[in-house]
Amino acid sequence: MLKVESVSKLFNPGTVDEKIALMNAELHLKKGDFVTVIGSNGAGKSTLMNLISGVMKPDAGNISIDGNNVTLVPEHKRSQWIGRVFQDPMAGTAPRMTIEENMAIAYKRGLARGFSLGVTGKTRKIFREELHRLGIGLENRMGAKVGLLSGGERQALSLLMATFTRPQILLLDEHTAALDPARAELVTTLTEAIVRELNLTTLMVTHNMEQAIRLGNRLIMMDKGRIILQVDEDRKKDLTVERLLGEFEQISGKKMADDRVVLG
Amino acid sequence: MLVSLTGALESGLLYALMALGVFITFRILDFPDLTVDGSFTTGGAIAAVMTISGVSPWIALLCAFLGGALAGLCTGLLHTKGKINGLLSGIIMMIALYSINLRILGKPNVSLRNADNIFNGIDPIIAGLLFAIIIKVGLDWFFKTDLGMSLRGTGDNNRMIRSFGANTDRTIIIGVSLSNALVAGSGALIAFSSNAANATMGVGIIVAGLASVIIGEAIFGAKTIFRATMAIVLGAIIYRLIYAIALRVGWLDASDMKLITSIIIIGALIIPTARKAMKSKAVAKRRTEEVMNSIHGINGGDR
Repeated sequence: MLKVESVSKLFNPGTVDEKIALMNAELHLKKGDFVTVIGSNGAGKSTLMNLISGVMKPDAGNISIDGNNVTLVPEHKRSQWIGRVFQDPMAGTAPRMTIEENMAIAYKRGLARGFSLGVTGKTRKIFREELHRLGIGLENRMGAKVGLLSGGERQALSLLMATFTRPQILLLDEHTAALDPARAELVTTLTEAIVRELNLTTLMVTHNMEQAIRLGNRLIMMDKGRIILQVDEDRKKDLTVERLLGEFEQISGKKMADDRVVLG
Repeated sequence: MLVSLTGALESGLLYALMALGVFITFRILDFPDLTVDGSFTTGGAIAAVMTISGVSPWIALLCAFLGGALAGLCTGLLHTKGKINGLLSGIIMMIALYSINLRILGKPNVSLRNADNIFNGIDPIIAGLLFAIIIKVGLDWFFKTDLGMSLRGTGDNNRMIRSFGANTDRTIIIGVSLSNALVAGSGALIAFSSNAANATMGVGIIVAGLASVIIGEAIFGAKTIFRATMAIVLGAIIYRLIYAIALRVGWLDASDMKLITSIIIIGALIIPTARKAMKSKAVAKRRTEEVMNSIHGINGGDR
């Protein structure tokens, strides 16, 4: 489904600030794979996400989705295959537009946007049913501006908007990191349910080790722009936080350094 | 007095199209477009010159809209494809249009006195009202379509709308073109109603447009697109009323009006921000006291 082949990216090439953001990354996702991504600060996790989604273009290597080489396809065209939820709850929704208008924008993912009305009786019914599945009452507030919602509600809405049109790939970039524990738990539960129900091919960056182990069928660990460990389905079943940290020290020769990491 | 008030109503309605254009760039797209100072004149010039040469004034008006759209297209391309800062793109086009407008006019001032006019046989106030309502309703509808919503999303959160597959370069170009089409149309209507077009008729028009937007939103609110477009039409009329009244003050010249407009805008921008800051400070103080009291209350109960 998703193929990342020897992809590299340098930041500030040719200057004193040159930094290896990603080096020779190799990653293959089968349909329905749910891969969690962990790693220390500056490991290249977000760069990997940005390269897959097309926000950045790789300096070398190829990316293909469902057999299509998308390495040079611009972000807005690639969006037809990729749903994304950002870390910042403000980033995934338009605050001055209503819930149903935000849903209408998401509903048209990858389709031509013309002169037909975005919110009609028919689409409103679809949006209400979808919102109802979140179980937080947003279906009763469809005319409310999204800017009035709490961070947790906005992130739940972002998640729904990113997934309900069933994109080929779902990218989650620490999408629960900015929420308080109770709301983070809610969004995590919703993520799990939605990914399982729609069988979405998912890549999720997280700082929560316990979450990284509990969720998904595969796990990758990154450090200094490299993917240093890939844990496949069989081995992931009996992975623990201690063993994961041990593996990290063994491979990288240092302790996991991340001020935000949550061991769970 | 009555004559100047009906005059203000008439020009307010004709300028309303321009204010709606400014609303599209400044409010919907969050793109501070200064092309309007040039494109307003472009509209007036195209309409005047075509009408004088014998073309139907209605076709001339249509061409004025198209000419404005073309100017907006250039600004949009400079900003999105040329990666030039938005403000600068507008300023560059505004300056370029000054020369272009003189080319279109052929001389600094063109009179429409002996030419056909769209306001022949129709009261300009009624015609202006019709134009304003048609454009207002049209925009209300447009901003509810998929394309219109992608324009709103571009101004509101462009990162988000790209992640859903909208091409924000395209939405910006469409929005700026539409905005300048309305501005140029407004310039054409003003040329018809004043029976003249000249090379400087657009100077400072951006400030008048902004003032109309800000006054309208401050008085009538802008919670929904429907409310906002109505507020801006009314804001344009109120602005022209203020203008008419200020002109009747003995010691003020017509040339002082740009200064007065700037002062109105400064006031309208500063007062709401200051009021908001004061209000949130008051709320914070009250809530802190309430929280403190509730904690003391619990402690008191324990003792």
